[in-house]
Amino acid sequence: MTDMLTPVLTDMWDVERSWTLAAYTAKGGYQGLDKAFGMSQDAVIEAVKDSGLRGRGGAGFPTGMKWSFIPQDNPKPKYLVVNADESEPGTCKDIPLMMGNPHVLVEGVIISSYAIRANKAFIYIRGEVLHVIRRVQAAVEEAYAAGHLGKDIHGSGYDLDIVVHAGAGAYICGEETALLEGLEGRRGQPRLRPPFPAVAGLYASPTVINNVESIASVPSIIANGAAWFASMGTEKSKGYGIFSLSGHVKKPGQYEAPLGITLRELLDLAGGIREGHDLKFWTPGGSSTPLLTAEHLDIPLDFEGVGAAGSMLGTRALQIFDETVCVVRAVLRWTEFYKHESCGKCTPCREGTWWLVQTLARLEKGEGSEADLDLLLDQCDNILGRSFCALGDGATSPISSSIKYFRDEYLAHLTHGGCPFDHARSTAWAGQEVTA
Amino acid sequence: MTTTPEKATELVNVTIDGIQVAVPKDTLVIRAAEQVGVQVPRFCDHPLLAPVGACRQCLVDVPDAGNGRGFPKPQASCTLPVAEGMVVNTQATSPVADKAQQGVMEFLLVNHPLDCPVCDKGGECPLQNQAMSNGRGESRFSGGANEGTKRTFPKPINLSPNVLLDRERCIVCQRCTRFAEEIAGDPFIALVERGAQQQIGIAEDAPFLSYFSGNVIQICPVGALTSEAYRFRSRPFDLVSSPGVAEHDACGSAIRVDHRRGKVMRRMAGDDPEVNEEWLTDKDRFAFTYAQGDDRITYPQVRGDDGALRPASWPEAFAVAARGLAAAKAAGGVATLTGGRLTAEDAYAYSKFARVALGSNDIDFRSRPLSAEETAFLAAHVVLTAPSNGGVTYADLESASKVVLVGLEPEDEAGAIWLRLRKSTLAGRTEVIAIAPFSTRGLTKLNGRLVPTVPGDEPAALASLAGELDGTAVVLVGERLATVPGGLLAAADLAATSGARLAWVPRRAGDRGAVEAGCLPNLLPGGRPVADAAARVDVATAWGVDALPEAEGRDADAIWWALHHGELSGLVIAGVDPADTSNPVGAKAAIEAASFVVALDVRETDVTRAADVVLPVAPVSDKAGSFVNWEGRVRPFEAALANPSSLTELRILSGIAAELGTPLGFRTVAEARAEMEQLGAWDGERTVAGVTGGDENLGEGLVLATWKQSIDNGSMQDGDKYLKATARTPVALVGKDVYDACGPTVTLTGDRGSVTLPAEVGDDLVAGVVWVPANSFGAGVLSDLASPGSRVRVEGGQA
Repeated sequence: MTDMLTPVLTDMWDVERSWTLAAYTAKGGYQGLDKAFGMSQDAVIEAVKDSGLRGRGGAGFPTGMKWSFIPQDNPKPKYLVVNADESEPGTCKDIPLMMGNPHVLVEGVIISSYAIRANKAFIYIRGEVLHVIRRVQAAVEEAYAAGHLGKDIHGSGYDLDIVVHAGAGAYICGEETALLEGLEGRRGQPRLRPPFPAVAGLYASPTVINNVESIASVPSIIANGAAWFASMGTEKSKGYGIFSLSGHVKKPGQYEAPLGITLRELLDLAGGIREGHDLKFWTPGGSSTPLLTAEHLDIPLDFEGVGAAGSMLGTRALQIFDETVCVVRAVLRWTEFYKHESCGKCTPCREGTWWLVQTLARLEKGEGSEADLDLLLDQCDNILGRSFCALGDGATSPISSSIKYFRDEYLAHLTHGGCPFDHARSTAWAGQEVTA
Repeated sequence: MTTTPEKATELVNVTIDGIQVAVPKDTLVIRAAEQVGVQVPRFCDHPLLAPVGACRQCLVDVPDAGNGRGFPKPQASCTLPVAEGMVVNTQATSPVADKAQQGVMEFLLVNHPLDCPVCDKGGECPLQNQAMSNGRGESRFSGGANEGTKRTFPKPINLSPNVLLDRERCIVCQRCTRFAEEIAGDPFIALVERGAQQQIGIAEDAPFLSYFSGNVIQICPVGALTSEAYRFRSRPFDLVSSPGVAEHDACGSAIRVDHRRGKVMRRMAGDDPEVNEEWLTDKDRFAFTYAQGDDRITYPQVRGDDGALRPASWPEAFAVAARGLAAAKAAGGVATLTGGRLTAEDAYAYSKFARVALGSNDIDFRSRPLSAEETAFLAAHVVLTAPSNGGVTYADLESASKVVLVGLEPEDEAGAIWLRLRKSTLAGRTEVIAIAPFSTRGLTKLNGRLVPTVPGDEPAALASLAGELDGTAVVLVGERLATVPGGLLAAADLAATSGARLAWVPRRAGDRGAVEAGCLPNLLPGGRPVADAAARVDVATAWGVDALPEAEGRDADAIWWALHHGELSGLVIAGVDPADTSNPVGAKAAIEAASFVVALDVRETDVTRAADVVLPVAPVSDKAGSFVNWEGRVRPFEAALANPSSLTELRILSGIAAELGTPLGFRTVAEARAEMEQLGAWDGERTVAGVTGGDENLGEGLVLATWKQSIDNGSMQDGDKYLKATARTPVALVGKDVYDACGPTVTLTGDRGSVTLPAEVGDDLVAGVVWVPANSFGAGVLSDLASPGSRVRVEGGQA
């Protein structure tokens, strides 16, 4: 069964002190550099294009194509920015990756920067995860000391500096243009596009912004070849990815597997739903992706398959909820998160999330009426596609999808005069209560 | 910036709501829609600010972006430029766009209080109006079974001593913060917090101090921003609005005067794309209460037998004035000092009165330091230049490759010029070069280049620029250059040799009109040189008099001297503050020495108290007239208030002239305008400037640099304490060496007194110079510190 796994990024997490340069080098780390430097920059871009690697941050934009958008006749410096502001509820792949193997990210940054002709790269890490920031800083320091960074890397004549930047703790800064604002020292709010970052990004210069996992995948593509990478996955969603299972599963964690694997297969790997319970609903890629139910256990988890099911692959953050969970309560908690994290720039997201929370809270308490469900859906309709960035869209996903699949459960709150669930039953310590 | 491009170079065809329209390339859809008569609702959009797309109110449906493909989602029309073949459906034809707009409006009202009945904006509120036109009648958020909780804040907070913020009314469209950053360059207000708690804020101890802060109140689309002076004072629908022209500087900014029951309640920026666009300085906006104080003169007064002033009727005052002037004319002559605040029509009346009734060319509008060089310069290079005959305009400033500032600090002295320069420098079109002793805040915000110059060395600095200027450059000369010997000549030479264009920027609204009207000893109306016999005949014929006085008259300084020394006997004086003159003590003594003084003024002053006849005149709110701005552009306006007891100066002068038996031939502004128009401009030879004047005053100590700041102790700013509280703290700017030697407080001593001020280090202040504001302490520099061009000693002062 474990032959379904394809550990590449996670391969050395179980090595003693896996995060050190010594451990990484012992596993063949940084050997991709010389191979890349032996290729032309365009050949590196071509290889990444050929591999079919698509952005692992959620949107799935082809990475090689993004790189080729950088106008090389622009006299300004080019920048690579790594989006390590992992903040999506349920998403937990980049942080363990940077903890377990920071050097694969550093090596990816070097090769990617070389390809787009950047001499300066930034790794923007979510500010709350200080332990990760320290680990990546230490890895960058080790890489400098070993000559993998700085001037004339490996005698190639190529120079690169990496800046590890700590964010200030805002979900919106995972949005790439808001991230750039934050990196420039401004208030984190999304920018008007066009101009797109590829033309005028960081400091109004051509900039590539990639997710941690995308960049970390590059060394393996260079080392093993585009064909090796493309041999995994499905027709339009190639390669491997980290699938993060959390919630009511026996063995939650990171499962690195080819795109296109199904939740049923992943649940088998994770030992199944916790004992005595059944799957009720799940998110395929974090809370901003419309939730799915047990009927979707066999859809292929690739960009196309999840899209066809009415949701999005997102960040492959599979949050598993069994039948003890009240979907109204779960959705309200997520909505409170979006209200708290709305940056405030545009009206629909700022005011809409404020209102959604109030309507949902009323419903959870069993107040209101069935008409409030239509009101909720109408509010979502007025936010989705009307807000400035995708954060507003994401805020509507759990609400509209939950009403689609669990309308009766919402109504049960009204007829029951409150939540019909025993919330203690969904906790990890359920059944362990000591009776007096 | 983002306005609809004015010059149609390339047209793009689009279809909006089924109507085809061709608009210039890069036009935003929201403005293209206006061309077909559709107003898309909007809040964050402002034609003079960069697009931001924040409020999402202007969403429209775009089924075809011009490439055959449509946008799947409604698009913000304020950020979307047109494209050839684009198809746009607004709320007028698209249910999707209409629902999107209704949805956003509903969201905006979620956290907006329903306090329109007590809100200053109620009745002129874009949110109120557009909620009516593009919103639903009943709220789904609160009311009925749903009682939503609105976000609230304690109210209000001061962004500055003058500008207040009611945060719960704010819809965070960011117009104010964008104005502060993009237009004024004073980014002291910014967004803080996030989500529904997002609000406009200031940093601790860093209030929103800007010379242009009032504009944010005007462009706020809700009632979130208010001024201390106007807040809760009136309702928009009780106000009568009259267009006007600002009287505080020579920019000629269009304003709107809002008044109620004969009292001005507030002033707003008018919309004049060729002059001030839609912006206004705080001084022009808030400083209007000076004419509403207790010291307003409301009736004529004559000096009685007991030596005290007593009330008099108008006919008596005219008769007494005429009798006294006739006697003074016979005894030695009467001079006329008009000050720089007059309308062009009133200035014309003084000019004619001096020549016809007083028989003298002893007339000068300059109530500040001046020189013979300037007198000649005005006749040779300034008078009669206008936009119609190739004079420098605001638009020229915006397209100039380089603009040289000399003797001029536009942020303080000509706000609309400064804003236009900033717009142009930000767009990368213009480089501003300042000949000045240090980089001012205004110059820094223009990203300008300093030619470090000790006051007095301007001629050499100007000459040094000859190599880099050409016909695309403009040289702006401030009135302060008058006191630099050779300064104005050097500016004229620079323009002549390099091809750069030249313009003179005075400080006061009436200065340029007075030049045109001939309130100068060497000029008759219409730029006719006194020295030119043909010009004199021209004017005499038009005026129906036999002859005009032939000799050029005395300038203001000479008039003061002559009065003091008995060479002149009488004085007609209007709106002159002796403290502004080069010798305040001398001016006061001259008034004392004069045998007969007729003073015309709005308010009681030291001059009116010393006069023999005092005649109350109408403030600008009460009369029609014209200001001629620095461009030479005539800016006519009508009276905002009808006040029968307020007479224009031309009406008063015509009354005295009639008593003297030399009628002026007009009694109303319209009649004066008609006569001015008939007389027209001089088409003969101009005089040639060649005089170098002014005094070299070399003494011990540091050279004193000084000018008046935008907001200071000027008497026309009296009455609004909130405005005054926004003035910059007066400091003495000194070099690092002086600061280290003297400490944080310095005492400056000049030939007229000593002043103690906090010291600040001027980072790039030229060695050997100290700068102080001219009218921000005591009676001002000329009264309390030093004579023009003199030096001062600097010592450590007592804290």
